[in-house]
Amino acid sequence: MSDLNHSAPRLSLGPILYLWPREQVFDFYAELLETPVDVIYLGETICSKRRQLKPEDYWELAERVIAAGKQAVISTLALIESDGELKTLKRICADQRFMIEAGDLAALDFLEGRSFVAGHSINLYNQRTLAFLAARGLKRWVMPVELGRATAADLLQQRPEGVECEVFAFGRLPLAYSARCFTAYNRGLGKDNCEFCCGDYPDGLTVTTQEGQEFLSLNGIQTQSASTHTLLSALDEVRALGVDILRISPQSQHTAEVVRTFASCLNEELDAVEGTARLREWAPSGLCDGYWTGQSGYRVGLPG
Amino acid sequence: MELVCPAGNLPMLKAAVDHGADAVYIGFRDDTNARHFAGLNFNDKQIAEGVKYAHDRRVKVFVAINTYAQPNGWERWTAAVDRAAGFGVDAIILADMGVLDYAAERHPNVNLHLSVQGSATNPAAIGFMQRHFGIKRVVVPRVLSLPQVAHLIAETTVPVEIFGFGSLCVMVEGRCLLSSYASGQSPNTFGACSPASHVEWRDTAQGQETRLGGVLLERRAHGEAAGYPTICKGRYRVEGELRHAIEEPTSLNTLDILPDILAAGVSAIKIEGRQRSTRYVTQVAKVWREAIDSCKRNPQAFRPKESWNQILAQVSEGAQTTIGPYERTWH
Repeated sequence: MSDLNHSAPRLSLGPILYLWPREQVFDFYAELLETPVDVIYLGETICSKRRQLKPEDYWELAERVIAAGKQAVISTLALIESDGELKTLKRICADQRFMIEAGDLAALDFLEGRSFVAGHSINLYNQRTLAFLAARGLKRWVMPVELGRATAADLLQQRPEGVECEVFAFGRLPLAYSARCFTAYNRGLGKDNCEFCCGDYPDGLTVTTQEGQEFLSLNGIQTQSASTHTLLSALDEVRALGVDILRISPQSQHTAEVVRTFASCLNEELDAVEGTARLREWAPSGLCDGYWTGQSGYRVGLPG
Repeated sequence: MELVCPAGNLPMLKAAVDHGADAVYIGFRDDTNARHFAGLNFNDKQIAEGVKYAHDRRVKVFVAINTYAQPNGWERWTAAVDRAAGFGVDAIILADMGVLDYAAERHPNVNLHLSVQGSATNPAAIGFMQRHFGIKRVVVPRVLSLPQVAHLIAETTVPVEIFGFGSLCVMVEGRCLLSSYASGQSPNTFGACSPASHVEWRDTAQGQETRLGGVLLERRAHGEAAGYPTICKGRYRVEGELRHAIEEPTSLNTLDILPDILAAGVSAIKIEGRQRSTRYVTQVAKVWREAIDSCKRNPQAFRPKESWNQILAQVSEGAQTTIGPYERTWH
């Protein structure tokens, strides 16, 4: 397979995973609408208690995204436990204006029969699952983040017609979900009286090993990597495989610059080594790419 | 309410059957199951013997094929499903939608259970799995409080199995990648959390260290008790303070709330621990058999016997036990 068979992947902006003040969210999207990102995912995916933006707010933002000539996708909770969460999910999935990204299996129940995206928290590990979901309306899937290039290559060779592949290309890796809110737990609070303390950590609460390695980042019920995963050094490979979309996961600082750096590298205006050097400046706990290269997720396997 | 006990080998299976299990669950000797440990699990001859032993004593056998298949190796999962079906087992426990789709199509008469690794925590998710794959039971992840479990049971027609005793997963099963982040191998991809080949124990001047894939999970004083190292039970620095940032090294024990579990309409209670010993499954099966029978006879008067808790404490990993997520304050 030659590089020439595939056009350059497009860029997407993943949903904001943290609790940011409402104004900051609107400012963030106003800034990002000006960047060369092609797809913007909007919505709360972590915690149903976070209500500084309601579905209506995300729909309004989605209209702005479309007006800017980009695709808007509404993202949904990764873990659905309560009736209230299920009701909200059903309401979001009933809206036909926008493409919707499933986070929990429950969303598949509501989205079956219409076009949808399977997010990285839907366990799509093989061709049979891909075909099964494609027959139910899947138009795009985001690879589970622990899968590397070998599995990506196999899946891309067997993908059904008209189904796009998106990979997580920049950001702290989403690693786990729990019933427990770890931010509240570390503040000595319970989830039911959390005081929205996750709002104090716009990029998560860093967990450091006893020898000083910044290891994890706690974001409410989600555990992320502390290191920032990046595939900027793998752009040639990603393009050759036929990956359609590269996801950039929002962080509180420099996200627009990250998007521009990826875009410049995709346009070959900037080389990957220089681009990666820039990204390193914006990754407070360092960079990693181990999952992509078939190693432990925190390792670095790509050159640059 | 069925008592479902773990068996990592034939002696464990026989012990579970002999001491009160209504069903035992087992796996093959490869990465198709979530306890893919060296020396553990069953070859074909042992399965045939185990199934006969259990069925002769009216005990069911379930086979767990509950990891996620990737394209490279896919046939291992379909072959495992075919083998399990061929042995006449009472159910196959699956997690992967692709494997479920295969099993439902190829073996329409075999009972399929949705594994805890399948991550279904609500009626819509369970309904989706029921509609497409005809699942006959769902094992729910350890994220719901007991009132939530009761509510879920009221909202679905699929019988619900919960974990009652053993190691405590803190994260939603099937969606935890912590192990592969440090070691390259996870329950989903490899069938093991903290695979032993990637764990290091080291005595240093600062204390005893445990590492996974090179990452320091714990450094403790010499002589301090140490459980099997998993990332979620490690001790780290958070805002300058040294602590178990995710969970203490505790294990799950729900004996105290057994009447509530029964009243909630739980169909089966599962004991974790296929990687444990024959002694473990013997003791745990005995206690839980007695407890369930006593609770069924008179739920109002049920109190766990002191002797039960002593026996369970002896075989628990780590010094503490918890009711875990079934109690809302844990969240």
